[in-house]
Amino acid sequence: MNFEIPNFALALPEIFVLTMACAILLIDLFIPKHAKTLTYLLAQITLLGAAILTFQQYGHPGSVTTFNGMFVLNNLAIVLKLFIYLSAFASFLYARSYLPKTKIPYGEYFVLGLFSVLGMMVIVSAHNFIVLFLGLELFSLPIYAMVALRRDEGICVEAAIKYFVTGAIATGTLLYGLSMLYGATGSMDITRVSEVIMQSSLSDELILVFGLVFAVVGMVFKLGAVPFHMWVPDVYEGAPTPVVLFLGTTAKIAALGLLFRLLVDGLQPLSVQWQDLLIIVAVLSMALGNLAAIVQSNIKRMLAYSSIAHMGYMALGLVTATPQGYGAALFYMITYAIMTLGAFGVVAIMNNAGCEASKVSDLRGLNSRNPWLALMMLLVMFSMAGIPPIVGFMAKLSILEALIGVHLVWLAAIALFFAVIGAYYYIRVVKVMYFEEPEDATPIKYPVDMQIAISLSGVGLLVLGIVPGALFTLCQAVFGATPY
Amino acid sequence: MLQNYLPILIFIAIAIVISVVPLLAGLILGPRRPDVAKNSPYECGFEAFSDARMPFDVRFYLVAILFIIFDLETAFLFPWAVSLREIGSFGFYAMMVFLGILIVGFIYEWKRGALEWE
Repeated sequence: MNFEIPNFALALPEIFVLTMACAILLIDLFIPKHAKTLTYLLAQITLLGAAILTFQQYGHPGSVTTFNGMFVLNNLAIVLKLFIYLSAFASFLYARSYLPKTKIPYGEYFVLGLFSVLGMMVIVSAHNFIVLFLGLELFSLPIYAMVALRRDEGICVEAAIKYFVTGAIATGTLLYGLSMLYGATGSMDITRVSEVIMQSSLSDELILVFGLVFAVVGMVFKLGAVPFHMWVPDVYEGAPTPVVLFLGTTAKIAALGLLFRLLVDGLQPLSVQWQDLLIIVAVLSMALGNLAAIVQSNIKRMLAYSSIAHMGYMALGLVTATPQGYGAALFYMITYAIMTLGAFGVVAIMNNAGCEASKVSDLRGLNSRNPWLALMMLLVMFSMAGIPPIVGFMAKLSILEALIGVHLVWLAAIALFFAVIGAYYYIRVVKVMYFEEPEDATPIKYPVDMQIAISLSGVGLLVLGIVPGALFTLCQAVFGATPY
Repeated sequence: MLQNYLPILIFIAIAIVISVVPLLAGLILGPRRPDVAKNSPYECGFEAFSDARMPFDVRFYLVAILFIIFDLETAFLFPWAVSLREIGSFGFYAMMVFLGILIVGFIYEWKRGALEWE
């Protein structure tokens, strides 16, 4: 038997990240305790190097597959990977000075993060059910461990156990769904599955839809949308802030990549069926996320419910089942990741400065303690609420535009209705920061790298909101859609 | 297609009958005269020493996890060794990469002291 030698150049970023993650694991073991910053620097260099390698691959029109059709590279994968690196980079940056202040093992956070990033890269480049599943496992398992990194804190361990048990069930559900799809189509290859479904008769449909439902359940869990959202508030509340930054941004982008690979590339012929499922998921997520966030006094829980609501909006882009809608969903997810980096960045900065930032009321009078930080948080909150001219408005607008384009006006109306409700709790944060007196008026100081990161996310949201053209066109172009 | 599975169904039915009938027969036909000595728990004829659900050292769990990783590695190595002639140098190097990643994990657990009991 002769093996076709795969084209390793296409998977160069993955190979690079794997090699570096293994090397960093060993280096971290042998360097003395006071030199641990080296681990952090190497992890960031790995992400930068991977970004350069991935960026060089950009520009191939269409898709190229290798490893016997198991691995695919196209512009969608490249864009998703680049934003995964970006969010991982920012999460690592906030973790640098945060970790030594808590009892979190320093090197392990970065190594686990890198392995998880590798899993995400495999997911977004998967062209085969098995590879997709392997990527999902490699992406989830390190995150379970990261949530439990502070193992002497009861709340951390509780969050990790909840996340692990429910996550394992969801992974099993997804695998069950995939096995059903394999049974119905006789193939693991995503393109081949799509072709077989297209030609299949109506009698095969039942088992296909059966598998589809299970697969969607598994993916919606990873996305953290209703009705599989139970883990989100507990994990966001219990996990250390740098871990929440990581799993609230990179993991969501990867979960979107999973949806694109499976639903759009593989099961597009079944779109009539999964559109209905996603409509339910989206409407429930927007409703429950926005309503439950109002009553939260804990800021991490509030942001967790807000993330559930945002996943609902993002799912609306997929509901359209048009390239415009997919582009809008991708744009929404990328801007949401930047917003989350900003919001949890502020929480991480306050934690780092030794302030309690668990309650919304802890932000009281932030304007007088650190005006720039308050301004950044204001931009993030207005963006999440969807107030122009910040990019959150553009993201919601493009979703609504795609919905109206496929005559789902009633869904657009529901989305708008819940966006108005959601604006309440975002603006409440702004009110607390600007119009209430601080209990403790000591100014907040934070390192330069955090200053740059938080400024980039805040100002970036504003700049993207005023000139969204480039990113928006890019998001549309990866799906071959012509921008409006 | 489902007809092919009929023997399995019959097999399951027979297995259930064979395993349930003796128990039921013992339950229904056997004489039952319980007394205190017969109902009390015992270990090898002695009184029970302690609760069976006692806590045991969590380190057993770590050892078991570490064992299973390297045990499964063997499950991959055997078929690989048998088919090495067919899969050629590509198969050889693929396995070397796999082993290399495992060795990294092994060095990590050794250096972190996971293999030491104390």
